[in-house]
Formats: sequence, structure tokens, C-alpha cells
Amino acid sequence: MIHDALLVAGKDLRLELRSRVALNQIVPFALLVLVLFAFALDPDRGLLEAATPGLYWVAVLFSGLLALQRSFSVEAADGNHDALRLSGLDPAGIFLGKVLAVSVQLLVLEVLLAVGVAVLYSTHLGGWPLLLVTVVVATTCIAAAGTLYGVVAAGLRVRETLLPLLLLPVLAPVLIGSTRAFEAALGGTPSEGWPWVGLMSVFALLYIVAGVLGFGPLLEEA
Amino acid sequence: MTTQIARGSKGVEPAADAGPTSTGSRGTLILGILTLVALGTLALFALVLSPDDSNQGDAVRIMYIHVPSATLAYTGCGLATLGSIMYLWRKSQWWDLVAYASAEIAAVFTAVTLVTGMIWGRPTWGVYWVWDARLTSTAMLLLLLLGYLAVHRLPAEYSVRAKRASIVGLLLVPNVIIVRQSVNWWRTLHQKPTLFSNGLGSKIEGLMLFSLFLGFVAIGLLFAWLLIHRFRLAWLEEQIAEEGIDASIAARRAEAGDIGRWEGTP
Amino acid sequence: MEPEHLDRPTEAAPVVHLRGAVALLGRFPALAGVDLDVDRRRIVLLRGPNGAGKTTLLRALAGLVPVTSGEAVVLGVDLVTDRRAVRHRVGLLAHATGLYDELTVADNVRFWSRAARAEAADVEAAMARLGLDGRLRDVSVGRLSTGQRRRTSLACLVARRPELWLLDEPHAGLDQDGRDIVDALVRDATRAGATVILSSHELDRSLDLADEVVTIAGGLAHREPRPRPSRSSATPGGPTSEAMS
Repeated sequence: MIHDALLVAGKDLRLELRSRVALNQIVPFALLVLVLFAFALDPDRGLLEAATPGLYWVAVLFSGLLALQRSFSVEAADGNHDALRLSGLDPAGIFLGKVLAVSVQLLVLEVLLAVGVAVLYSTHLGGWPLLLVTVVVATTCIAAAGTLYGVVAAGLRVRETLLPLLLLPVLAPVLIGSTRAFEAALGGTPSEGWPWVGLMSVFALLYIVAGVLGFGPLLEEA
Repeated sequence: MTTQIARGSKGVEPAADAGPTSTGSRGTLILGILTLVALGTLALFALVLSPDDSNQGDAVRIMYIHVPSATLAYTGCGLATLGSIMYLWRKSQWWDLVAYASAEIAAVFTAVTLVTGMIWGRPTWGVYWVWDARLTSTAMLLLLLLGYLAVHRLPAEYSVRAKRASIVGLLLVPNVIIVRQSVNWWRTLHQKPTLFSNGLGSKIEGLMLFSLFLGFVAIGLLFAWLLIHRFRLAWLEEQIAEEGIDASIAARRAEAGDIGRWEGTP
Repeated sequence: MEPEHLDRPTEAAPVVHLRGAVALLGRFPALAGVDLDVDRRRIVLLRGPNGAGKTTLLRALAGLVPVTSGEAVVLGVDLVTDRRAVRHRVGLLAHATGLYDELTVADNVRFWSRAARAEAADVEAAMARLGLDGRLRDVSVGRLSTGQRRRTSLACLVARRPELWLLDEPHAGLDQDGRDIVDALVRDATRAGATVILSSHELDRSLDLADEVVTIAGGLAHREPRPRPSRSSATPGGPTSEAMS
């Protein structure tokens, strides 16, 4: 299973390296979202600074959706779905590999967005341990739940509209949790943030288990 | 050179019609009458016989619908998850359709909860919506149920739809639990008033308690009646879809008719 | 190609055994009760009109399409109960390429081969055999012609060394050289112990290649067992298996 996961993750990341879709399209999109928030919320009134953690994570969520859509659209091409089933790859390994690849892309995105936020919204970044752990756990939540619901929506013409409908309500607790954790970290009260990390860890575990068990059955019957 | 013609054996058996053939039956007729009676009694007690609240006045009467609706919405969601688990375990279409019907009725009741909540909220706090823990969680429940329903209604084969919807349905209850927990933590930091804490002047006892109890009974019966009909409707829809396999096989074989055309001499 | 599977005892049971196999695509019975037996090391040609069920039959044998009734045993695996178990032992060349357009030829072949736990030496040998180890190695698949893509898909199959080859119109889209390579590969594979079932409209070449011909029409199979006299004429690709036995 681990061998297959690393193989699939390597393949997905190599695909990204060659096609550069995340770099050329998703990262600019995320930065664009930050800029749009500034237009909507009028920087002079102090709303941007107060809302920075939330706006950051909303930008991450929307960009994450794009990354997940991309992860499944490469498999939708020309018979790859059948080839995956015939390949001898362990479906749980395929799931974990895809989660890993999306996570790596999201982590790079989040680092860039953090720079974006520090520059555009003049945020002072602090409380690093909590900040970093939150980022890792939240990324895992988004990648795991997104890959599971992604395969539920895979192979269907309505995938692009179905995936957000399924995924965003499910990720609401992750948005709440990561925002509160960031607020605690930036506000200097990290002890308020760690319980949220705990909740999100439970979420991540739930979805990794669900994905490992459910990916195989879901891969059948395109 | 001999040519062997190997005839295929008979194809699939027709789908066994083990279910009802119409959505009404004697059982549902009795249930329906009971429901009407219960609803009528509820109306009597809720609107006339039970007292005003000392603080909220007449507005409190919405509670007799709002609270049972909320409870049944969550119950329906639980049934959807149970049905999904049973479908994945036993591959039983019956359970999957129970899940689907429950989710749909639960979505209706969730909407009713939200609307009655808004109607209750307006005179009580002056606004239609507050982001209190309960209302927010209930709004999330509606969205989660709509996602499940969308998957079950995909334009695809039944087995594909049912399996995918069951995975989503299976996760409904865990999602609801996590959402409620996160929303509760989030909102209790801010001590906003809820429908209950701000304003019920009197404790719920006596006639009010009885009316609330009646509410549970009446709305519960309504839920059951709606569920049975919705389930049967879904069952019949799937039965219609499955029929005609034998006819298809016969028509398919007829295509082979002119087989001599395709057997050439090597 | 090195011979392999020779350490396995000769199987008396047929590689493929179907009786009354029904496969549904949705509610449409693509296979309406197929009877078919194929022994090991045979090359079987499937022919028939469009829409007859050839592709579905090949996919069912690969374990991709469920067989809803009848008997279906492939390589000792009962497809009705557990069709997933047969998948890693067969190789399917479909109409679709099954390749990632944005990755290179070498990336694709390596990925799919490693997924099937193939040896690195086999991977290189497969690419060389199909003429892909020169300039084309590092070209993205999306930029290749149809024929070159087909060769890449074939390389992925060849590197896996499957026991049962399922080829859906293998000659389509290939030039003369490519078609010769396919024929040679098929003969080498059966010599090494594999079994090949292919569908084709390319009757001249395929009738020459095949040991047996099965006609598929209306979701049913009609077999024509035939003697093999025409193989004595010289065909590129080496001696026939008759001469070897």
C-alpha cells in the first residue's frame, strides 16, 4: 500500500511539475482572492486585519477545491480510470497517494498565501508552533475529505458542481477550527487554539480511514 | 469444416416483485387518520388551550412545531446513515431506499425547523436570524442532506448512485457530530442568546409540557406517514426502471439473426 | 522476449471458460449468454459487426465489466464472485490509450509498469521493442500521433508480461511496421506461454495470425474451429508454434 501510495503521489507531482497548472493558475487565483477581499472589505476600516485568519482560510479552501478538481480531471482522461483498475495498484494506496500529492501542493500554496497575507494585509505572523501544526492538520483534512468526495463525484459530467456542494459543508468545521487556531496564534493566546487542532485531527483521521476503506469500492463502476 | 453454433443459455431472471404496487395501503390509511387526529389535537392545544408565555407571549406557540421538527430532522438523518451502512453491508436496495426517503423527509423537516425558527425569532429578538449554535448547526444539516440527495439523484445507474450515496450517507452522522461540536465551541465563546435562554419567562410545565409532548407525537406520526409513502414511491420508481431486461436480451439476440453474413470462408 | 511461466505445470483447464455469460451495460445486455472456451497458448480472433459485444467481452474477461449470470472463469478466477482478482494477470489494450498526456512516454511506461510490479529490465526491453527508446522517450504523450500512442500503450502491456492478452483492434492506427511488431509480439507471447484474444476488422492480417476465429454478434459467440494450414506461408516474426512443438 505504501509503495503504491508513493508511486501515485510521485506520478501526480510529476504531472504537476510538467504541466505547472497549480503554479500558473491556482496560485494566482489564490492571490487574486486575497486582492478581491481587499476590494470588498475596504482596507482603511481595519476589517481586513481583524478578518485576516478567516480570509486566509477561505482563500485556501477555494484554491483547494481547484487543486482537487485538477487531481481528478487528470484521471478522467481517456481510459485512465480503467487503466487504474487494471494496474494492480492497491486502491487504498491510490487514495493515500492522491491525498499526499494534493497536500504537498496545498502546503506550497499556503506558504505562498501566508507571504501574501503578510504583505497585503500587513499581518504580523507569530505563534509559530500552533500556526505550523494547524496548517499541516488542516491541509490533511482538506486533502483527505476532498479526495474521498472527489472520487464520489469522479467520472461524472457534473463533477465540477457536485464536489463543492459535497465538500464545503463538510469542511465547515475545518474552516472554523483553523481560523480560530490562527486567531489564537496571532493573538498570542495559543492555548485556546490547540483544542481546535485536536478536533481537526479527529476529522482528518476519520476521513483517512473512510478513504482507505471506501476508495476501492468507489473506483468500481465508472 | 463444421460450424458449431453454441446457443447461449437463458438470461437474467425478471426482478422479483417483492414490494408494494401502490403507495397507499390499509396501514397507511390508518396511520394517516391518526396523524390528522393528532395534528388537529395539537392545533387545539397549541393555539388555544395552552397558556401564553409570560415573556414571549404568543410567539412561544411556534415551539410546539419547531422543536419536534428539529428532533425528527436529526432522526431522519440518523436513519439515512443507518440505511447507508446497511446498504453497504448487505447490498439491500430496501435499506438504501429507506436512507434516501429518510434523508428527503429530513431535509423537508430541517427546512421547516429553520423557517419556524425564523418566525419565532422575529418577534423574540427582532431579527430573523442569529448565528446561534443550534440554528447554525441545523442550517449545516440541511446543506449536508442536500449533498446526499444530489448524489442519489445523479444521472447514472442505480448501483452506482446507491453506492456513492451510501458513502456520503454513512458520513452524515459523523459530519453532523463534528459540525455541531465545532459550532458549539465557536458560539459559546460569545454567549449569544438562544431561542430558549433568552426569553422563556416561565418554565415548560403543565399544559405547555403536554402540548410539547403532543407536538412530538403529531409531528412524529406525520414523519412516519410521509416516510412510508416516499419510500414506496422510490421503490416503485426503481422497479419500473429494472423491468424489461428479458425483453432487452431477446431483442439483442435478434440482432444476431443474419449470422451467416459474418462467417466467411477463411 | 524470454520465455516465462515455463515452471508452471501445463494447465489442462482452459484459460477462458464462459457458459451463458451475461454482461449488462446499464440495462443493455451487451453479452446475452456467451459460451466460449479458450485453451492456453492459443491466439483467438474475435470478429463481428459493430456493437456486437466484442469490446464488452474483452473488458469482461479483464474483470472490468461484471458478469451478472452464467459461468465465467478466467485463469482459474471466477469472475462472477471476484473479478478483481484476475485484473493484474491480464493485459488489456483498449481503444482508449490509458496514458497521461502531460507525462512523457518513459514516465508513462515506467509508472504503469511499476504499478504492475514489472522488472526494470522488462520496461526498457518493451520500449525498445516498440521503437520508443530513441527520440520519443522524452516526448509528452499528448504530442504523439495516434499510432505512437498506441505503441506506448502496448509497451505498458508488454512490460507487465500478462498471462492473458486482450487486444481490442490492435492493428488500428498503426503503420505497417507497427502492425508487424504487434504480430511478432503476439506470436512471441504465446510461445512464452501466454494466451492472446484479439478483436479486429483487419481480417487479412488477423486470420493469418489467429489459431481460432470466434464470431460475436448480438451478444452471442459462434466459434469456428479451424485447421491451421495457412501458417506454412512465410510470415515475418519467426517460426510458428507448430514448428516449435
